[in-house]
Order: sequence, then C-alpha cells, then structure tokens
Amino acid sequence: MPIEVNGKMFETDEEGYLANINDWEPGVATVMSKEDDLELTDEHWDIINFLREYYEEYQIAPAVRVLTKAVGKKMGKDKGNSKYLYGLFPYGPAKQACRYAGLPKPTGCV
Amino acid sequence: MSILHTVNKSPFEKTALAACLNHITPDATILLFEDGVYGALQGSQIAAHMQQTLTTNKIYVLGADLKARGFDTDRLIPGMAVVEYDGFVELVAQHDKVQAWL
Amino acid sequence: MSEIVKQFLYLNRRAPYGTIYAWESLEVVLIGAAFDQVVSLAFLDDGVFQLTKQQDTTGIGMKNFSPTYAALGDYDVKKIFVERESLEERGLTIDDLQHLTWEDEDDDWAEKDSITVVSRAEMAALMDDADVIFSF
Repeated sequence: MPIEVNGKMFETDEEGYLANINDWEPGVATVMSKEDDLELTDEHWDIINFLREYYEEYQIAPAVRVLTKAVGKKMGKDKGNSKYLYGLFPYGPAKQACRYAGLPKPTGCV
Repeated sequence: MSILHTVNKSPFEKTALAACLNHITPDATILLFEDGVYGALQGSQIAAHMQQTLTTNKIYVLGADLKARGFDTDRLIPGMAVVEYDGFVELVAQHDKVQAWL
Repeated sequence: MSEIVKQFLYLNRRAPYGTIYAWESLEVVLIGAAFDQVVSLAFLDDGVFQLTKQQDTTGIGMKNFSPTYAALGDYDVKKIFVERESLEERGLTIDDLQHLTWEDEDDDWAEKDSITVVSRAEMAALMDDADVIFSF
C-alpha cells in the first residue's frame, strides 16, 4: 500500500518497506513513525541516518547484531546495546528502523 | 557469408570460447560479452591464443560488461575493440548471421 | 552441555553477474553468520573474479553487490582464502582484489587483513579440514 508524504505518494511492499530506496526522504520516516504512534527524537534520527550510511557503503541492511556492534563503535558503548536500541524502536531496531530509513528488510531477518 | 560469433561464457569455466575459436573463418568477427569478457584480459592462460586470433579476426568486447566486472580497457589484450550496446546492434546488422556460443 | 562448533567453508567458484551463484552465496553467508558459526570463505577458479575492485554495474542495470564483501568483517567473517593459481591463470594479482579487513574489538578496533592467498594444495587441505562445505 502506498504511503503519502507531503502530498507525494511512495510505493511500499506488503510489509510496509519502501519499494525503492532512492525515493526516500526524511518525511517518509516521520509518516511511518506516526502510524506506529512513535515520536521521532534526535536519538531515533541518529540510528536512521546511521542505517542509511551503512546501506550507502555496503549495499545491505545490517543484521541486528551487526547494527548493535557498529553503533557501539561509532556512538559509544552506552548506545551499542539491544536495550537502548529496542527502547528507541520497540518493534526491533533492524526491522522498524530499517523500514523508516527506506532500507529493505535486513538479510537474514525473518 | 560473414558471421558474427558471440560468446557470453567465461573461457575458464566453459568451452564456448574454445569451440568458437575452432570454428571461425577469416571473415568472421567475434564479440565477447557478459562473462565472455574475461577472455579478453591480458596475462591469462588463454591470452596467447587470443592474441594469435587477433592477427586474423576482429574481436570486440562489450564495455559495460567489462566495467561491471571491475576492469578498465587498459587491461585488454592490445588490438581488442570495445563497443557498447549500440555497437553490438550495429555489428549484428553488419553481418549476415549471428552464431551465439552459449 | 557443550555444543560442538562446526567449521563451515563456503566455496565460491563462479564469476559475479553472469550467473546468480555469487550473490546467492553472499546472502547465505550473511544469514549464516547470524548463527555464530565458524565461517571461512574460499574463492577459487572464476570465484576470484567476485572480489575485483572498482566494479561498476551502472551500464548493465544490475545491482553492484561488490561493496557488500567489505561488510563481511562486521559479520565476524575473518577468514577469506583466495587461490593463487586461480588468480595467475586469469592474469590477476592480489592487487586487483579489494582489501578486505575486520576490526578486532579486543584490540582497540585494530584493522586486520581478512584475505589470505593460498596455494592449490593448501586449498585442498582447507576443504579437508572443514566439517561442512557449501558449494556455489
């Protein structure tokens, strides 16, 4: 089902992931989070932007374990743990944050 | 009758290129594309055979496939010609028929 | 109860793009790496072409998955073996391949090389030593 962002329509797949990663703009994350009743803070955006950079560099969405480790390295140990990340994204950092970031579902994530 | 021979398989895995080289006549042209472009690289174990073929026949390489696989044209055996998709179409049009070595 | 840790070897023998094997293998490796296995990757025959630098697929309209090999270190894939004879037969040297590394968390994130060039005989020994071989 397509979602509407600032008057523009964006195609998504049956699980709500953006059909084309290149279509993404920050408004996509805002609209998706509103549907989940979640208010995006700077901490959320740090993770969303981090995921987009990761995809840009490696062409994959990282698995949760990989994301956790990489966030810990870049933003410090207090953020590089699943408690912190699940606190931000209760549906799962990889699944929910990747979806907001316009990335495909992480490889190996079922 | 001039024939355009096309090869899209790696010469290190399949015998398509070897079979092609065994069946070309002096007025035939060869086009390497997809994994066939590996046959055009310098320094490989088939490079000498390719070099020898170049003395009798024209060999073309599809540039987009070469680039996709990480190679610049300076890695090609000297004498190889690079074409893009439009050049591929022209070659087909210029020859009486196409033999695809699959 | 102590579990027996099996040694998994992924054997890659196909060039990228011409067939789907290379990408399929990479996906399986990434999925498998989530299960804390001891994983090694081997590249021989046309498989060595998977690791070439500067792949640019814009002209052929396919996804360039070569940057993903650089993520293997993040997935704790630290042992990548490339067969010397396979490189030589194709006119390649190690310098034609990406420089793949992994970061050692216990050594202040020091970057360490992932790729080891091995002889054909050493490759045969690696296959012998593995508990399970996945062929692509």
